Amino acid sequence: MQLIKDKQVTQDNWAYIVDETPLKADYIIVSLVRWQQEREQLSKVKHLGLRLESDVELDEIASDLSHFQLIELYIPVFTDGRAFTHARLLRSRYGYTGDIRASGDFMRDQVFYLNRVGVSSFELNDQDNAQQVIQSMSDFSVDSQESVA
Amino acid sequence: MYQYNDKDQTLIDERVTQFRDQTERFLKGEIADDKYRALRLMNGVYVQTHAPLLRIAGPYGLLSSKQVRKLASIARDYDKGFCHFTTRQNIQFNWPALERVPDILEELASVQMHAIQTSGNCLRNTTSDQLAGVAIDELEDPRPYCEIIRQWTIFHPEFAYLPRKFKIAVSGSQQDRAAIRFHDIGLQLVKNDQGEVGFSLFVGGGLGRTPVIGQIVRPFLEKKHLLSYLEAILRVYNLYGRRDNKYKARIKILVRETGLTEIRKQIEAEWDLIKDKLELSSERISEIQQQFTPPAYQANAAQDTSYADNSANNADFSTWLKHNIAEHKVDGYHAVYISLKAPDSPPGDCTESQLDAIAELADQHSFGMVRVTHRQNLVLADVKQADLFDLWKKLDALKLATPNIGKATDMICCPGLDYCSLANAGSIGVAKEINEALDSMDYIHDLGDLKINISGCMNGCAHQSVGHIGILGVDKKGVEWYQITLGGSSENDAAIGHRLGPAVSKEDVTSVVKTLLEVYIEQRINEDESFLATVRRVGIAPFKEKTYATH
Repeated sequence: MQLIKDKQVTQDNWAYIVDETPLKADYIIVSLVRWQQEREQLSKVKHLGLRLESDVELDEIASDLSHFQLIELYIPVFTDGRAFTHARLLRSRYGYTGDIRASGDFMRDQVFYLNRVGVSSFELNDQDNAQQVIQSMSDFSVDSQESVA
Repeated sequence: MYQYNDKDQTLIDERVTQFRDQTERFLKGEIADDKYRALRLMNGVYVQTHAPLLRIAGPYGLLSSKQVRKLASIARDYDKGFCHFTTRQNIQFNWPALERVPDILEELASVQMHAIQTSGNCLRNTTSDQLAGVAIDELEDPRPYCEIIRQWTIFHPEFAYLPRKFKIAVSGSQQDRAAIRFHDIGLQLVKNDQGEVGFSLFVGGGLGRTPVIGQIVRPFLEKKHLLSYLEAILRVYNLYGRRDNKYKARIKILVRETGLTEIRKQIEAEWDLIKDKLELSSERISEIQQQFTPPAYQANAAQDTSYADNSANNADFSTWLKHNIAEHKVDGYHAVYISLKAPDSPPGDCTESQLDAIAELADQHSFGMVRVTHRQNLVLADVKQADLFDLWKKLDALKLATPNIGKATDMICCPGLDYCSLANAGSIGVAKEINEALDSMDYIHDLGDLKINISGCMNGCAHQSVGHIGILGVDKKGVEWYQITLGGSSENDAAIGHRLGPAVSKEDVTSVVKTLLEVYIEQRINEDESFLATVRRVGIAPFKEKTYATH
């Protein structure tokens, strides 16, 4: 797994912990269900991230956002554009300033848009060419409407 | 006409580079088929029966003569010498090679054109009234708002991967010529009780498999809120539109399943949160309006009345004048329809030499501008009456003066089985046969206003469900059959046609249409009662009875 953060290739310290398995890592990402069930215990974790699926209602977690250093938007299939709205609202409506990470089935040709709506890191497959992905974030040097980035 | 600034030009130039790279990567096998499919669709490239189809955006149907000449040269250099105008004022080429599409885009970019978002599940080309700016029944020119929407939609980062395609149309006239009630969002310029001009918004209209008439989501919206309201609708749709079934993914289904009251509540709640942040300033509006100022009309254009004498002495010219021109808000000027429905040519097609000639005529007679209509014809919108006779002669020589605008042979027709890989049945052939059967212009004129729309499959690209007569090709065990509907309309009196009865065979379609027209002639009160009015008054029964008794 490769990671791009703020347009740089970096080491990924974070690990997604599958539900009902032990929280054995320093930087852990959990599901929304797990967060809701184990909120008290998880609140004590120093480096906590939250994975959101594309059917999430952001209002439900709005008041919890300060617990998370990272929000992972998991894209189940590249045609599902809901994460684009989620990222934008996390930044512009909910004032989230931590790292927003895109994971799952997105493609290089979408990172320009994702970057503009406020996604700050991208989880890549091993076969992706990270430099090309970074380059694609600048496919366009101009734009015609407001955005977060 | 809106002229690109540096930013607009940079954007489409960079698009050419991006799409060239995407296509090269695909040809090298570096992008999976399903992913490249989405990318090419968002650039208007379909894979068709014979070759890829390239759909080019015609923003609100407005083209300069320079752009029309470019289309002619592309038709010559990259296609088989013709192009096709669509019901959404776009332009299609049927024969480009995939690897040459980036070169075509580069050519287009040199005249401020592109193919961005002309297909795919994204915000599409914004369409409008072909008589915008010149119509006598217009409250305000809708084109500046179309342009503002065009800029807002192009590469909108949040709404690039919607559940399904999304189409917006704007009309400024009392008579709807842009089918705004059959768009995902239809905007009508209206005046409120305080005399202020704003928009009435229809939402959830659409054609295709499940035709639905749009409903008013907001009766009056101030101009400054145009973009925030659109954004609110799109955000609700992007989050809640169905993604599990592509046939239920349009906003019309979301509106139906959620209910108008509830969806309005959701849209307004979203809008409340953003409306102050996304205001359209009056300076911005007037800046864009400056780019649509009227051309330099001659003050004395009405004085030359020679066309009336010519009309008195030439029956063909007189007939053409009666059917192919529209009134103009400036005295002494008319809007002239160029019929792309000559009997022997596929509806909406135009050859490269016709395109070049049309560009020339636009330069000579209409300030260098051409408009595309949603019924697949063209318009020269600003012709002085003194030029009409000369222009008619030239159009006639080009086979572009068939006097049939809004009449039986002015059919909307999709490419059908001849080109389209989705089609179940032919449509161009059916149009041709009907044309051959209706070979008497006098009879066509006697039939009066009549809209026949023919689609080769239930995706309904030719809007058959809103045709006065709709013809829909279906496949029955490998054989082409046609379902007939009556009484549809895409105008102010929007309606979805009723099915006549069981589908008819390909051999029978033309004779069924002839029968329907005979029934109309028998049933109408007088010559002033249109086909549509007659169908609405007498219902389907007399048409059905005669059709199935005969066939």
